[in-house]
Amino acid sequence: MRFGVVVFAGSNCDQDCYHVIRNVLGKPVKYVWHEDANLKDVDCLILPGGFSYGDYLRPGAIARFSKVMDAVTEFAERGGLVIGICNGFQILLEAGLLPGAMLRNRSLHFVCKFVHLKVETTDTPFTNLYRRGQIVRMPVAHGDGNYYCDEQTLKALEANGQIVFRYCDEHGNVTPMANPNGSLANIAGICNEQRNVLGMMPHPERCSEAILGSTDGLTLWQSIVKWLEGKG
Amino acid sequence: MKKAIVLIRLKPSLMDAQGAVIKRALLQLGYNSVTDVRVGKLIELTLDSEDGSEVTAMVREMCERLLANPVTEEYEVLVENTD
Repeated sequence: MRFGVVVFAGSNCDQDCYHVIRNVLGKPVKYVWHEDANLKDVDCLILPGGFSYGDYLRPGAIARFSKVMDAVTEFAERGGLVIGICNGFQILLEAGLLPGAMLRNRSLHFVCKFVHLKVETTDTPFTNLYRRGQIVRMPVAHGDGNYYCDEQTLKALEANGQIVFRYCDEHGNVTPMANPNGSLANIAGICNEQRNVLGMMPHPERCSEAILGSTDGLTLWQSIVKWLEGKG
Repeated sequence: MKKAIVLIRLKPSLMDAQGAVIKRALLQLGYNSVTDVRVGKLIELTLDSEDGSEVTAMVREMCERLLANPVTEEYEVLVENTD
């Protein structure tokens, strides 16, 4: 089992992801440069947070045409696990690997804080070790996390159980007050229909060690390991 | 040479947070007749071509592929001569 962390020009959470996989999770991991096209020996790909290409035009709009993204698309189509975090989520949306798009935060502020999330489904390779309805704490740090899709797409996401995380208060109530960015239906993370591609705005890699204030993110990495081991 | 001007607007159905903030500021300045403000983007392209319809078609393709996001945005392409 090997993880890959894609490094775009302007990624800044790549080393955090690498550190957590290698030193906390204790699994093999390598960096994948954005001009690489070889993903042969990787089982789970992480598209990390950051500001690829300075967020010029729209976040993720330029990175989506990196050479590596053709390989990522092919990898996802073959059933490979792909997780996009923050800017990684934005890139997956721009690439069409996940439906919808990001708008500027409703408040126009860059939001950098811990939020509560409700785990809406455990039926994914990324959340199988959480409890359904579990309330977890993870940090967000973004200016464009206001998820949007049309009504038909939202209905499909709900019907297929593709909404993985929603912003909620500490008691699990999904309310407008608990929504840090104006995101549609309080969406914090979604997966594709095949359930092997996850995009999320919160940063699980920043809450996988007690010293950082929460270990709720570690469960996500452990879920991936469990799923990959069960598969092999 | 042709110049293409691409206007990119947020879809009318979407709430424009920037526009709302600017509207509030304008009202504070006393421009009481302002009823709506929408903020978009303008992209100017200079193209080495003499064929206006070819330029229009190509720039529209650029919008579909990169310049605009069809989920949230609408675009308009205006082509003019550079001289």
